[in-house]
Amino acid sequence: MPELELSEQAEEALASVWSERETSGRGELAARELAGDEAARKELREAGLIAESSGMVSLTEAGEAEAAAIIRRERLAERLLTDVLGVGEGLMAEAACRFEHVLRRGIDDQVCTLLGHPRVCPHGSPIPPGACCRAGANAAGKVVSALADLAPGQTGVIAYIQGRRRDLVPRLLAMGAVPGTPVTLRQRFPSFVLDLGNGQVAVDAETARDIYVQLKAVPPAALRRPRWLARRFRLRRGQSKRER
Amino acid sequence: MTARALQLLRGIVTGRRGCGCEACPLAPALQTRTVTLFGSPNVGKSAIFNQLTGSYAVVSNYPGTTVEVTRGRARVGDVLLEVLDSPGAYSLAPFSEEEGVSQQLLLDDPPDLVLHVVEAKHLRRMLPLTLQLVEAEIPLALDVNIVDEAARAGLAVDVAALSRELRLPVVATAAATGLGIEQLRAVLAGPAPVPPGTSVAYPQAIEAAIAQIAALLRARYRISTRSLALLLLLRDAGARERVRAADPGALAEIERIVAEASAHYPQGVALPIAMARQEAADRVAGRVLRKTEKRIRPSLAETLGRLAVHPVAGLPILAGVIYLMYLVVGRLGAGVLVDLLDKRLFGHYVNPAVTAFFQRLLPWPLWSSLFVGDYGVITLGARYALAIVLPLVGAFFVVFAVLEDSGYLPRLALLVDRVFKRLGLSGRAVIPLVLGLGCDTMATLVTRVLETRRERVLATFLLALAIPCSAQLGVILGLLSSHPLGLLIWTGVVLTVFLVSGSLAAHLLPGEASRFYLEIPPLRTPLVRNVARKTYARLKWYAAEVIPLFLLVSVVIWLGELTHVFPLVLAALHPLVHALGLPSAAADSFLFGFIRRDYGAARLFEVLAGGGISGVSLVVATVTITLFVPCLAQFLVMQKERGLRTALAVTSVILPLAFGVGYVLNLILTASQVRI
Repeated sequence: MPELELSEQAEEALASVWSERETSGRGELAARELAGDEAARKELREAGLIAESSGMVSLTEAGEAEAAAIIRRERLAERLLTDVLGVGEGLMAEAACRFEHVLRRGIDDQVCTLLGHPRVCPHGSPIPPGACCRAGANAAGKVVSALADLAPGQTGVIAYIQGRRRDLVPRLLAMGAVPGTPVTLRQRFPSFVLDLGNGQVAVDAETARDIYVQLKAVPPAALRRPRWLARRFRLRRGQSKRER
Repeated sequence: MTARALQLLRGIVTGRRGCGCEACPLAPALQTRTVTLFGSPNVGKSAIFNQLTGSYAVVSNYPGTTVEVTRGRARVGDVLLEVLDSPGAYSLAPFSEEEGVSQQLLLDDPPDLVLHVVEAKHLRRMLPLTLQLVEAEIPLALDVNIVDEAARAGLAVDVAALSRELRLPVVATAAATGLGIEQLRAVLAGPAPVPPGTSVAYPQAIEAAIAQIAALLRARYRISTRSLALLLLLRDAGARERVRAADPGALAEIERIVAEASAHYPQGVALPIAMARQEAADRVAGRVLRKTEKRIRPSLAETLGRLAVHPVAGLPILAGVIYLMYLVVGRLGAGVLVDLLDKRLFGHYVNPAVTAFFQRLLPWPLWSSLFVGDYGVITLGARYALAIVLPLVGAFFVVFAVLEDSGYLPRLALLVDRVFKRLGLSGRAVIPLVLGLGCDTMATLVTRVLETRRERVLATFLLALAIPCSAQLGVILGLLSSHPLGLLIWTGVVLTVFLVSGSLAAHLLPGEASRFYLEIPPLRTPLVRNVARKTYARLKWYAAEVIPLFLLVSVVIWLGELTHVFPLVLAALHPLVHALGLPSAAADSFLFGFIRRDYGAARLFEVLAGGGISGVSLVVATVTITLFVPCLAQFLVMQKERGLRTALAVTSVILPLAFGVGYVLNLILTASQVRI
């Protein structure tokens, strides 16, 4: 299938149907509530991405996939801007909008891998997973990673916590997992043990998947060592100190 | 009435006058002030409490030991301080049942002064709670504790600057060594104004909601309406309850505002609120924290702490800990102490003397048997309590206090978390379960530290079923010490029942598995004084709980004998006991077990140690009595903590299960003709 080249207007219109489902749970949107102008609607209709019946617009199967890709790019762009570039709330909406159009297919997977396959945008909405997430792709030079994907000895600072559970985030914050706090993973088994600020904390694997870390420097040794070895048998005390 | 009398009595003993009530003619002209210690778990609140009052609160190196509120008194000049030690709380909006107690203290019964205790090393992340307390507009002072450990970690806190920043009194202390306690006393007795400190600025949508909610709160509350509005935004149940009582009309409108504000944040308002507080805290922390020289070489404690959580090196350490427990409880407690107290003291001296005395005093066998008969209050009740059970439990409490104070328990929690997940529990549950090896009744109380009701019910069930208390453990180890194979079978069966029934229960009980996250405090050398005090406090609780029951049992049995009911009940139990292949004499140990687990165990010890019973029967009896019944005391606590329905359900599962396992075990062992 040739690459679809939708106009910005059309992409926005498509995304608005997706967002409607997320906020209200309804799978269709009244045609007049659709973002963008008449031309955008026509463009989507001709590309076979939307179906219209009695004034309501819904996504076709192809439209579904295209909308997911658009939303994914948009939210990844937001993640990239907050986590790596440190762009504040005020500027973000506009910047993300431009960025999103740059993240064409293929590049979005690279960015996603770089960011450790984030599952929610900075506002907490889910990011549709891509092929890279399902394959669990790992990049040597990634900048953000879930704690669960770190090797023992790797250091960084807490980037954010994504909490599907309402109560999890405040509790982890109270234990010191505050964004910006230095963190070093000590061991992965039987539980994840991390040096966090001036203290030490243990979490289970599920929780380790919810804590995202902005990596500072990746110790080359940690990458060369086979993962299973690194995972189980190294204590790695003092490694981070030498680096400092 | 009795409480008042006791208080007076205590006053006479300690030289303090007055009964504590206002307008008491005995009371000297003292100004009383209530002070509540508030703060996260494991920051040394209880240690501060001890230093201040000299009286005892259970202190430990584990988050979550203060389940009930402890009170004590201290006198500074003309001011009498009534000090309350609250359970650890991370936030004003509680996460768990025990944190709810701390919130309740502030919402309903605000003290004259709140002392927020924080750990110096973790100042940055503990300041948000200080800011919340400032927000609540209550008289407040800040205690930066454990400054010695922070200094070792290369961190100094500028107390004067912190005091200026927050505009409230701040004291630096190291409670374990007593550093700064005098200044703290002076601050607590000094003026206690409401700090005018700056409040946190939240994102616009939240600020707007706060203003709208605050405008609806007309009644007078103990904390500021801003603070209450924030709690309502976080959908805090405690705050809602207070508002429902005081401003019932406003609740519907408040709910609408909360829903509207929450719509801005798909992940909930908790995160932006927490982040705003943290930002404000970071600004303060940035101005008062200084880096100093840090020790580079890790200390022995640090190395040991790392090894204890290592998946490979941790196992021998765990084995060592279990062996230590066996040595102290099994060998020293069950072997040496019980032998000394039961056989020597009671067997040779007390019982003959007392028997002779009572037989002379009460020449009617009917009456003298109440005190010195087969089930006599002294010869049986007092002997079981003092000579068999107390030394065993006491020995266990010493070990447990050492483990708690050393900081080993959180490490154990992270080692077992994966296994416990299968049982629907998180690693956190090791604390009540290990304490259950001491006394299941006490442990059932401590299940409050678990976060979800599901987890608390599962832990309660496992405690009632498969965790032998130290009296049982001591007796069983004593009985089986000469049958190593029997001991192995007993361990295997009880462990299997624990794992299988635990994972079955986890499948049957609806709900999501609990997440595990826990602070790992540094390993610290337990202070002998703290261990002694803690053991003493627990034993005191235990003795108050146990001795009356033991004596009561003796009386009930005596009455039963008198009225010929007791033999009938025993006879009714015989078929059950025979079905397990046990002699009739074992029946009464089961009957006693209903009343106190340890009593049943002690009785079994006496019946079986007499000999004439096969190894197989010994194993079957010990397994059955381990699994069998939560005792009366435990049942009462279960009913109080979990509700009557849960308590009954747990009991009705356990009874047939215990006998079923015993029955099947007997069949298997007899059929396979093992010699034990």
